[in-house]
Amino acid sequence: MDLELSPEDAAFRAEAREWLAAHVPGERLPSLETAEGFAAHRAWERTLAAGRWSVVSWPLEYGGRGASLLRRLLFEEEYYAAGAPGRVSQNGISLLAPTLLRHGTAEQRARVLPPMASGDVVWAQAWSEPEAGSDLAALRSTARRDTGGWLLSGQKTWSSRAAFADRAFGLFRSHPGADRPHQGLTYAMFPLDAPGVTVRPLGRLDGRPGFAELFLDEVFVPDEDVIGEPGEGWRVAMSTAGDERGLTLRSPGRFTAAAHRLADLWRERAAADPGGGDPCGGDPCGAGGGLRDRVADALIRARAYQLFAYTRATGPAGARPAGGGSTGARPAGGGSTAGGSTGAEASLTKVFWSELDLALHETALDLLGPYGELSDTAPDAPAGGGWADGYTFALAGPIYAGTNEIQRDIIAERLLGLPKGRRG
Amino acid sequence: MMFALDGEQTAFGRTLDRMLGGADAPGAARAWAAGDPGPGRALWRRLADAGVFALAVPETYGSVGPLPVELAVAYVELGRHAVPGPVVETAATAVLLGALAERDGTLVEGGGALAERGGTDPAAPAAPVDPVDPVDSAGRWLPRIASGQAMVTLGAPQAGPYVLDADAADAVFVVSGNALRQATGHGPVQPSQDPARRLFRPVCAGPAQATGPRPDPAVAAAGRADAPGQVGRPGQATGPSAGPARADGLRLDGPAVAAAAARAADWAAFATAAQALGVGLALLERTVAYTRQRSQFGRAIGSFQAVKHRLADVLVELEFARPLLYGAAVALAGGAPGAGAEVAAAKVAAGEAAYGAARAALQLHGAIGYTSEYDLSLWLRKARALRSAWGDPAGCRARVLAAHAARHPVKPEVGGVWHTIGDEAAR
Ligand SMILES: Cc1cc2nc3c(=O)[nH]c(=O)nc-3n(C[C@H](O)[C@H](O)[C@H](O)COP(=O)(O)OP(=O)(O)OC[C@H]3O[C@@H](n4cnc5c(N)ncnc54)[C@H](O)[C@@H]3O)c2cc1C
Repeated sequence: MDLELSPEDAAFRAEAREWLAAHVPGERLPSLETAEGFAAHRAWERTLAAGRWSVVSWPLEYGGRGASLLRRLLFEEEYYAAGAPGRVSQNGISLLAPTLLRHGTAEQRARVLPPMASGDVVWAQAWSEPEAGSDLAALRSTARRDTGGWLLSGQKTWSSRAAFADRAFGLFRSHPGADRPHQGLTYAMFPLDAPGVTVRPLGRLDGRPGFAELFLDEVFVPDEDVIGEPGEGWRVAMSTAGDERGLTLRSPGRFTAAAHRLADLWRERAAADPGGGDPCGGDPCGAGGGLRDRVADALIRARAYQLFAYTRATGPAGARPAGGGSTGARPAGGGSTAGGSTGAEASLTKVFWSELDLALHETALDLLGPYGELSDTAPDAPAGGGWADGYTFALAGPIYAGTNEIQRDIIAERLLGLPKGRRG
Repeated sequence: MMFALDGEQTAFGRTLDRMLGGADAPGAARAWAAGDPGPGRALWRRLADAGVFALAVPETYGSVGPLPVELAVAYVELGRHAVPGPVVETAATAVLLGALAERDGTLVEGGGALAERGGTDPAAPAAPVDPVDPVDSAGRWLPRIASGQAMVTLGAPQAGPYVLDADAADAVFVVSGNALRQATGHGPVQPSQDPARRLFRPVCAGPAQATGPRPDPAVAAAGRADAPGQVGRPGQATGPSAGPARADGLRLDGPAVAAAAARAADWAAFATAAQALGVGLALLERTVAYTRQRSQFGRAIGSFQAVKHRLADVLVELEFARPLLYGAAVALAGGAPGAGAEVAAAKVAAGEAAYGAARAALQLHGAIGYTSEYDLSLWLRKARALRSAWGDPAGCRARVLAAHAARHPVKPEVGGVWHTIGDEAAR
């Protein structure tokens, strides 16, 4: 057992670091959830793609480097340590792309993936509906057969980035007579500017249009934009859910970088205000407790996630949770069914990173004292508003990608083998 | 990079699990708590036969260690099965003696160390001392530790004022400041929250009270670094068993002692973290089993979401403590300067995860979990005690922060925001 990088992996890391040092914008880009910020982030995706860094783990032919999961993790460590911008193409890259690579046709991959890699087409995920959040299988939007394709109708909601994105992918009820709610669903891709699509931006907690509602009225989708077999959409989608919650959506590098910055913030605070009645205590290593412990815990937990990911990336069977066997039960509302327990292990990861992210940002705001109240648009906001913006984003972590309550159900039932409760 | 257990390491854990599962370790723990170390010692010998104590003994002494990854695997199992005794302290002593022997040359050439012996340490009571050659001491004890003939324990500043199981151990080593002594006795038992952890204040002078066996000279000779080939492997007898009681009164001074003791304390914290993780896993396993079969309101309590979610959280905490433990193992194996902080991180995570598991286990077992007759209590009480043994959470967190500060010095330009108001007011 070791943590040594091979010379090749070390060289890969060094190459990434060097490229990022030369290209990461010196100024924080405007918020992704504004038209101006969206455009700036899209331009950054193009820069990344030009350096072949936008999708390192994809096959070469689609713009990737065919990098291993370990290299992907290393790249992301470097990426976030360098303070590089958030990824506007995240939904496409981490959710749609793995689905296409697993279930799509060669034609779909060749057509969809390269412009996704370059940021020319930004994708939104259209899964949730007003009546179908945790219980995703309760969705009601429909796909009706038409010549050469399907007609999509209904309403989707909470669709991240849809306010400015180009295309979306989602699940539709195509076989209304199916016995079970998970059956008879079809997974389709559609343009957000197609006739029949209305996009209504929704203000997220800070008022910015971070997501949107989509109204679909007989939107035509050709057969080649259906992923997998019509009626088999649930199976296809569930293989994506595992990706969404797992390492690839929220790479450990993001949290290790943030935890390091938090520890720096703690020491800055201590250096500026040594001792006295400071609630933080002057000595960052002293016995102050409280905030100091929370800072240390952020470092410890970020390291735990990083090492957990290394196990997954380099070990034969990955992390092997303890406890009882699997009940084999399929959770309501979206556990991965592909690959046995893989999806369930992603639930473990999702609960951990979302709570870490929130704890980390709450600690930063507490450390900032009176400055912690400032929004990221306040001229005085520390670190260009990064902590405040990060906090707002972290608040959603326990909700999106399947709420943590649902993840805990999956963990309990599929990893611990506890009996299925009354649900769904 | 290959950050995962290999097949052999996994199999080693499974073998220990099977062996301990069939050895009535809970019975041994109860007897131990009642002051009868017999069954515990029998278990000890079986563990030694399986190679457990050799893992901390350096190869120079004909052993196999130090092998921190394997040690972690083993100690997780010791915790899972509630094995009593100074398992952690014995391993730490092996590391201490191994480190001192390794540094013997430095000690002597440094001049001060051996010459200082006998009274420069203010904390040391004026006691008659036996000059001790660290190589000799290591040679005498390490092979016996590896083979399971010697169960030893260790007191050190990092462990607080008490020494675990001083009454049952064959030797009690005590580090204070720059001095290493062998205790000549101990005070009355100070019962721990975990009755299977028997705590004592060591006595390093005065009337001899230690009851350990006298090391056999043949074994001592065989254990010398220059004759490693003659020393037994785990499971192989390396000399006659316990002789008559004798207080050795060994004492050794010098900065090397403090350095070696610090290393030993890291290993002790590391082994404690592994033990804690095992304790947490045992608590979770038993609670899952219980909540699957205990039924209320016409259904298994494990089907209630409040129960499930609590157990899911326990699993999350334990599963994310595990990589920290192995990260610390890798750091210790490489002798990295940051190893202490990695150990501290693992100790916090494993200790808190195990304690969280204990809280959940007690709650979800209801009143039956609160009865001492029920074996669950063995793990419940250990989880709390291990949390502060060899480094409490606050101390470990401070180490993590200190290590971070050392790696990332504060940049001179930072601190700006904090002065804004003051600057405004001054203008
Ligand atoms: C910032 C953000 C971005 C998002 N982006 C997208 C996106 O891009 N695309 C998309 O399709 N969706 C997106 N979502 C939606 C997200 O996936 C859903 O919000 C989520 O699945 C929960 O559904 P809901 O909001 O309808 O809550 P509900 O399902 O109504 O749940 C409300 C509360 O009840 C709890 N609850 C529900 N059922 C159970 C149960 N069985 N047991 C215990 N508790 C239960 C939930 O855990 C939650 O706490 C996003 C959400 C947010 C906040």
